[in-house]
Amino acid sequence: MSARAALPAPAPSDDPRHHLPAIEPDRRISDWGRSERIEGLVDRTLVEFLYHYWFRCEVEGIEHVPPTGGALLVANHGGALPPDASMIAKAIKEEHSRPRPLHLTVEHFFKGYPFLSMFVTKIGGVPAHPANVHRLLHDEQQLVLVFPEGAKGTEKLFKDRYKLRRFGRGGFVEAAARAGVPIVPVAVVGAEEAMPTIAQVGLLKRLTGLIYFPITPLFPHLGLLGAAYLPAKFRIRFLPPVRTDRLAGEALDDRGLLQEIADEIRGRIQDEVLDIIGDRRSVWLG
Amino acid sequence: MSARRVLITGVSTYWGGRLAQALERDRSVEAIIGVSPDDPTCELDRTEFVRVGTQHALLRRIVRAAEIDTVVDTRLIVDSVTAPPRAAHENNVIGTVNVLAACGGADSPVRKVIVKSSAHYYGSERDDPAFFTEDMERPHPPRTALEKDVVEAERAVEAFATRNPGITVTVLRFANALGPDLRTSHTALLGLPAVPSILGFDPRYQFIHEDDLHGVLEHAARHTLPGVYNAAGDGVLALSEVASLLGKPLAPVLPPWGTGLAAGAMRALRVRIPPEMLQQLRYGRALDNRRLKAAGYHFGATTRETVQAFAEHQRVRELRAGEGAGYQYEREVEEFLRWSPAVRGDEGLGLGRLSRDQLAELARALDALPGPRPARLAPRGAGAGASGSDTLVTGSPSSSGGAADAELAADP
Repeated sequence: MSARAALPAPAPSDDPRHHLPAIEPDRRISDWGRSERIEGLVDRTLVEFLYHYWFRCEVEGIEHVPPTGGALLVANHGGALPPDASMIAKAIKEEHSRPRPLHLTVEHFFKGYPFLSMFVTKIGGVPAHPANVHRLLHDEQQLVLVFPEGAKGTEKLFKDRYKLRRFGRGGFVEAAARAGVPIVPVAVVGAEEAMPTIAQVGLLKRLTGLIYFPITPLFPHLGLLGAAYLPAKFRIRFLPPVRTDRLAGEALDDRGLLQEIADEIRGRIQDEVLDIIGDRRSVWLG
Repeated sequence: MSARRVLITGVSTYWGGRLAQALERDRSVEAIIGVSPDDPTCELDRTEFVRVGTQHALLRRIVRAAEIDTVVDTRLIVDSVTAPPRAAHENNVIGTVNVLAACGGADSPVRKVIVKSSAHYYGSERDDPAFFTEDMERPHPPRTALEKDVVEAERAVEAFATRNPGITVTVLRFANALGPDLRTSHTALLGLPAVPSILGFDPRYQFIHEDDLHGVLEHAARHTLPGVYNAAGDGVLALSEVASLLGKPLAPVLPPWGTGLAAGAMRALRVRIPPEMLQQLRYGRALDNRRLKAAGYHFGATTRETVQAFAEHQRVRELRAGEGAGYQYEREVEEFLRWSPAVRGDEGLGLGRLSRDQLAELARALDALPGPRPARLAPRGAGAGASGSDTLVTGSPSSSGGAADAELAADP
């Protein structure tokens, strides 16, 4: 029998992390479709300005974002076209001792919409599929930002501002626990005043095929200008990480327990949001 | 278990032909039998070609008569431009069921079945994960006839695997392939002066190099890989990145709404975009190839390198045109080369390769055998297969020993 015959399937390693594709240094687009060039362009032209001059972001607790390894950032969400995600990403880039890219999970809706699909992917948006989150957190050890309120957060009206909605069904806790990474809660204040929603028009939502059709102080009567933000003062507070490694095995299938932890995290963010609002004297000046 | 006696269905396809060529180089593979209703499209050395479709009764007889231990099914049609839907269904679903029927059964010699499947199994939808792993199902039922066929064919393979626990069943889901010798809808599309795309979309694309196609099939034949494996090059490119590697502009000629109609209109310009490809042009698709890598396969090229190699080929294509005529299968020539004792030298495959001394020795050994003398030396001895002649060549010292023994035994 030749040496080649009857070889068992060689298994150099069973850990999928060892088989991730090598980085090709010539490329400027990641396997997720994130483009260094477009992201840099948006950062220089828009985000830089918004972060420093328009919203005058103030950041606390940046040390709670781990310098290495995966972590799931969980934040409150609000405003018609929320700038909170890009401000959190910019905060990590600006203030952290080891700046890291942040991956934003976005609704699948964006992938089906022309131009938006290109743009959102290129600046670091990843469809909020559990498999995507797991690969990023566990296999690639990246930072991922989720808004468990989802569209429920962005479609709420101005009168309901800073009242956090239900935090899903605890899916994000499960995702972090399966990946074995900590959860970093983030409280953001300012987004809801930057583009407040006065009303929702169900009929126009259906006609345009958008996830919601908001009426804001500037939209839709000012047309494209409606995408402009009001200059609200932003405060971003990163809270101490919540460890998930105590959740393992059977605990992961305990929906009740996951829901409980999700509610606990929601409560902490809600408290911090109210604390920041209690401290501020003006919506615009902080 | 490494394959020793292999049956390749669809040997006339690019995939089957290249696999046969690769297995021919391996001396531990005793017999290679290629079946297809069409002529082989590449030059085969010691592969036996049998013109037969997917009639399971005929295949079954071949499998049993040749004691086939490994069946590699490379027939799957993955491009709806190449065949009308009915023919594709016939080939992909009914054909697969028939091939599996020929492999099964209590007394079947088959120990391993390798099925070439396609990433069309996963489809391409809005709410897809960024990387499909093998255990994921598509989120929605198949949209196109071709995708439906692929899913149905895989169902049949799955059922076969549960019914035959003694047989190792490997399913390989290949991403879109690209390479100088391949002709697919994608090579046609990327060969245009500008790469057509849907306005407002820049889908993620993944390719596998044509050399990795048969590399993966060969790996599966050599090793024991039960289950499903994704086969796709490392790395995922945006379509805009693909176009820039090819040095071509991206032409967003398809509108985001009414894309199907526009694609239909483009047929007047001789650009055929099949429906399954339209989905990919919108949402893209990528596979997680880590399971196959963990099973020991090393991809020769990443997606980017595949596109680069394709780009290089495109640049010299015009200059190469007409150079080296394509291979044409001629049954009589192939049979002459394989069986005629008159054939000698490198071209020869049969007994003609033996030296005069070796032939004389062989004749003496046959003389010494008890029982009726064979009338003539040539055809029957080699008739067991071209591989039989190879064993004679490589085994000549031992066969002379055997002749001596036979002489001794016959002497007294």
